[in-house]
Amino acid sequence: MNIHFSEQELAFRDEVRAFLADELPADIAAKVRLGKKLSKQDHQRWQAILHRRGWYAANWPLEYGGTGWSVVEKHLFEEECAAAGAPRLISFGVNMVAPVIIKFGTPEQKAHYLPRILDGSDWWCQGYSEPGAGSDLAAVKTRAVREGDHYIVNGQKTWTTLGQHANWIFCLVRTDPEAKPQAGISFLLIDMESPGISVRPIITLDGAHEVNEVFFDNVRVPVANRVGEENDGWTCAKYLLTHERTGQAGIGISKAALAHLKEIARHEVIEGRPALEDPLLRQRLAEVEMRLMAVEMSTLRILARAQAGGVPGAESSILKITGSEIRQAISDLARRVLGPHALPFLAEELQLEHDGEPLHADYSVAPAAQYLNLRKLSIYGGSNEIQKNILAKAQLGL
Amino acid sequence: MDFSFSDEQQMLQDMLSRLVREHYGFEQRDQVRRSAPGFSEAFQAQLAELGVLAVPIDEAHGGMGGSGVENLVVMQELGRGLCLEPYLESQILGGGLVQALGSESQREALLPALAAGELLLAVASEEPRTHYRPEWTETRAERAGDGWRLTGRKSVVIGGQAAHRILVVARTAGEPGECDGLSLFLVDPAAEGVQRRAYPTMAGPWACDLTLEGVMLADDALLGAAGGAFEALGHQLGHAMAAQCAEALGSMQQACELTLDYLKTRQQFGKPIGRFQVLQHRMVDMTTELELATSMTILAACVADEPASQERSRQLIAAQHVVKRAAQFIAEQAIQLHGGIGMTWEYSLAHHARHLVMLGHRFGDDDRHLKAYADLLEAS
Repeated sequence: MNIHFSEQELAFRDEVRAFLADELPADIAAKVRLGKKLSKQDHQRWQAILHRRGWYAANWPLEYGGTGWSVVEKHLFEEECAAAGAPRLISFGVNMVAPVIIKFGTPEQKAHYLPRILDGSDWWCQGYSEPGAGSDLAAVKTRAVREGDHYIVNGQKTWTTLGQHANWIFCLVRTDPEAKPQAGISFLLIDMESPGISVRPIITLDGAHEVNEVFFDNVRVPVANRVGEENDGWTCAKYLLTHERTGQAGIGISKAALAHLKEIARHEVIEGRPALEDPLLRQRLAEVEMRLMAVEMSTLRILARAQAGGVPGAESSILKITGSEIRQAISDLARRVLGPHALPFLAEELQLEHDGEPLHADYSVAPAAQYLNLRKLSIYGGSNEIQKNILAKAQLGL
Repeated sequence: MDFSFSDEQQMLQDMLSRLVREHYGFEQRDQVRRSAPGFSEAFQAQLAELGVLAVPIDEAHGGMGGSGVENLVVMQELGRGLCLEPYLESQILGGGLVQALGSESQREALLPALAAGELLLAVASEEPRTHYRPEWTETRAERAGDGWRLTGRKSVVIGGQAAHRILVVARTAGEPGECDGLSLFLVDPAAEGVQRRAYPTMAGPWACDLTLEGVMLADDALLGAAGGAFEALGHQLGHAMAAQCAEALGSMQQACELTLDYLKTRQQFGKPIGRFQVLQHRMVDMTTELELATSMTILAACVADEPASQERSRQLIAAQHVVKRAAQFIAEQAIQLHGGIGMTWEYSLAHHARHLVMLGHRFGDDDRHLKAYADLLEAS
């Protein structure tokens, strides 16, 4: 029994730390820390820096331009990035569609798409959810009908995160309406510039434009853009979801958010003293910090098992549930500790590069919006209730 | 990182698991619990014979020098069986205090006998007005000739009803609330002026209250320097808390297994009740708390051996908080998922539930640990 990282792993962590200290742009880190929205250019700048170092596609095999890192090294990298205030990578390309292409794609597809993901030529978004297919993903209705070398795609996708920036979308489409729900689905890569595609923003309760609806009206997609066999797209979908679920505990992000919350509580004043000295707040902070410690230990146990060759199973659902709850709890406290100063709704200060004098403090703009935005954590990636269904079935045999 | 047991630890676990299954059936336990001394002397003798009692004792004094992880292995299995022997109080906390504070001759006099099962210790740290905080000790020891005179009251000394010697925390200087001035004395419960009132506890094991009326002690009854016991006491209580987490873990695992079995077999509305989603999700919630408690129990076992530091304190307090919250949650949910049958004395689950809730009353419940952690928060 040994709960410590090895010398080699600690050396790796130092290397990542040094890289972040040298290379992470201060303006981007400041935005991340204060919870301000990042522009497309911010993301692309950071991706390019990581790519130059060969660290952008951390999860890919070496032969495709990955890092060959162990699961523990990947964890340390994510932790350090979060602690330094690096933007969370937009995963749709590098960590979602890419693993599917690597696993199921043709040599031509690999040669074409993977380098373009690496160098930032393409920005991918995810075409999974539909108005009638949320948690019940196999109910997708977007139809793809074969016509020679093309599919003609009609239908609608929704909750498409950052689709407004994307030039490619990977989609689950129905190619056989007669088959059982899971059996008639195919996995298509679609150029967002194709005629017949339109993107409409969905403004969420925090006032932000993060997600979209994507409509397909007789969109022609080459058959060569299909990954895997026709009607076997569910295999790709499931494979991708297992990738989506790992790392969702967000330990590093929660630690950084908790540190920022304490920083706010040092500056805010309650009854003439720093809020951080308020006994009730201290207890609420203590509660979330102890639970975070427990989820971190569970994460490390699962990592150690994976490192030893074990296959991560349903227990990653526990990390998703508890990790998302902790992030939500931290965002709740960050909003509360601001008191009345959480009320101003300053969309401009939140969205854009804002150099003006802040209304109350630079840290007071984001927390309320972030609290509202992070309601998504327990909904996406398989809602927490779906995770419980998975655990009940797979782990408990109920 | 490596979260697996060594071969030796695995063997210890297998051996104990078998032993507990064979000797601690539900009915056997109930019989043992009802009669003096409140635990099974036969089982205790087995633990001695197989060397289990020697596990946490220092190698130089007839023990095996086990670490916090060995304590985890032992306590988890004893917890699964709801065993009533005072292993934690006598071997881990009592033995640890003698090792930490005792002189070489005191160690030599006590530890080999402890390891062999010839000596039973108990630790009297609670009083009517301490509530888990030894610095609020009021019992006093005053110089009397070459020795000491001890006066005060001690509450809920677990295992004290049968202990051959009791380690009593008493104040030789200072006032209640002060950490300085606390001392540790080895008291023979048969000595003049000691009154013992024994009773069973809600958690399972027996305990006693002590009245100390001018008990005369020899000079060598004092362990360590007069007035300087607080630090070592705190450190050893940390070991005990880590071990208690493991005891709770074994019991929680058992409660979860019993409940899951029940969900799969109990039929209502023409199907196993485990088919109902609302019950499935509760069972998942129990499993989640069990997972986090497991992680914190491992963390506690690993940091217990480290020297005192704020970081160690924080981690042990957090482990106690997470485990005790999980213990109560699992106890309550397990009863609820069983329905009426979970309320019956004749079913082992009820006794796990009692134990899981009531263990919070030794070393502090989740709220006490929440407050303790909040006090230490700033440094992190």
